[in-house]
Amino acid sequence: MTVLNNNKPLLTFMNKNIPLLKKYIPLALGGALLMASAGLMSNSGMNPDKKPEKKFSEASLQVDTVATGLTMPWASALLPNGDLLVTERGGKLRLVQKGKLDPQEISGIPEVYYKGQGGLLDIALHPDYKSNGWIYISYSSPKAAGEEGDDNGANTALIRAKLKDHALTDIQPLFKAIPNVKANVHFGGRIVFDKKGYVFLSLGERGQKENSQNLGRDQGKVVRLHEDGKIPTDNPFVKTEGARPEIWTYGHRNPQGMIIHPTTGVIWEHEHGPQGGDELNIIEKGKNYGWPLITYGIDYDNSIISKDTARAGLEQPVTFWRPSIAPCGMTFISNDKFKEWKGDLIVGSLKFMYLQHLVVKGNKVTSREIIFDKIGRVRDVRQGWDGNIYVVLENSGKVVRISPKS
Amino acid sequence: MLLSAGVFCSAIMPGQDDELAKSIERGKMIYSENCITCHMGNGEGVPAAFPPLAKSDYFINAPENAIRAVKFGLIGKIKVNGIDYDNMMPDPGLGKDEIADVVNYISNSWGNSSDKKIITEKMVEETKENK
Repeated sequence: MTVLNNNKPLLTFMNKNIPLLKKYIPLALGGALLMASAGLMSNSGMNPDKKPEKKFSEASLQVDTVATGLTMPWASALLPNGDLLVTERGGKLRLVQKGKLDPQEISGIPEVYYKGQGGLLDIALHPDYKSNGWIYISYSSPKAAGEEGDDNGANTALIRAKLKDHALTDIQPLFKAIPNVKANVHFGGRIVFDKKGYVFLSLGERGQKENSQNLGRDQGKVVRLHEDGKIPTDNPFVKTEGARPEIWTYGHRNPQGMIIHPTTGVIWEHEHGPQGGDELNIIEKGKNYGWPLITYGIDYDNSIISKDTARAGLEQPVTFWRPSIAPCGMTFISNDKFKEWKGDLIVGSLKFMYLQHLVVKGNKVTSREIIFDKIGRVRDVRQGWDGNIYVVLENSGKVVRISPKS
Repeated sequence: MLLSAGVFCSAIMPGQDDELAKSIERGKMIYSENCITCHMGNGEGVPAAFPPLAKSDYFINAPENAIRAVKFGLIGKIKVNGIDYDNMMPDPGLGKDEIADVVNYISNSWGNSSDKKIITEKMVEETKENK
């Protein structure tokens, strides 16, 4: 145990502060882990039959239920004190304390458009939550007076607020995707921070695929905002006539997984594609991800959307899923305790009710495997500050924690 | 079951073919927006994940099962055409008119036939959740 403790600060320091040394980390890490395992072996009562060099796998992990009784949960955020905030798509924000769902909901959530795939969506704590208390929340927002778009329509919005007892306070509307659209599908909704002062929000095309290519509309885009909602002046289309200045990337269908790479700081995103065309993408300023001009899938009525899977000027996915898994939620594993899985991706599947472990080398996915088959309809996958992975399961109304067996 | 027998008999009225056709047409749009990604374009479903709607014994003789699933969502084990499914269908949040339309579409597509019987908003209204 002492070995592990002694090494921990060193590794943390190296990871966060010396990116140039990145390539040496695996070496240092391997050594440290070997020593750590040896330490654990002798001190923590671990099964002595388990050889330390055994490959890290699903069998190395345990799943613990940390919340139950939720109704259609969508996303979770682990607070510094270990409590969980969980969004329910129906429009409630719930608090889970010491594994118990607080019967009293958190007040202050704005009116949500709860229909089809719409409702209360993502939640993310500001990277400096401990000092500033900001909680960011996305949701399907019904058309308000004076807003552009269809009557009785809706689109995705972002707010931030602070939590005081059972209430959201200091609520600030930051952004609303325009125009409102009367459709029940494709709200996107993932929130990520790049820790450089910007927040990104993914937006679905609201069932109107051609508008993913229309820079005058927010549908099928990833947008980039200052953390207070102001639009950065260095966004790629700020000077493009007719384009909405918040747009960072376009040509998306329904992106519901988004995460910053822990060492490169680049955004990785996945999106629900058409039949056989779910994609994993690396999101870079101003780029066009091709929907619906190119796709690996066909429409759900079996019609052809595009005969092309590639075209000049349009980005290729890192990988795609055929058949579609309906990816929802994604995290990079950045904690040492996941050993050789560190740096890999975990992706949820709504459709097949499992997780996928994607082995990542640089900008490539070199292999993928199903883990925790039948775990449930996965809505959200994220790593908590404790290094464990929190998975939100829509069908069973649970949040489970995945951690290495000790 | 009793409810369905009652309402379905009384639901056949003159001039209704036209109404049924219009409802099916509207239902097709609702299907393509809310149902198609899981139940697929020809109602064939996805093996081991989502049950078929085409020639499904789950509702072929009990259309209220279809209404109930669309009205309240479905969770847990069901058997369709002899195969067990254990998944979840979220409540799609449709209005009663939309539920009637989409069930009319499903009941009259891919080889399914409601024998010209139409599902009405009233029948949707009267369908209760299984507790």
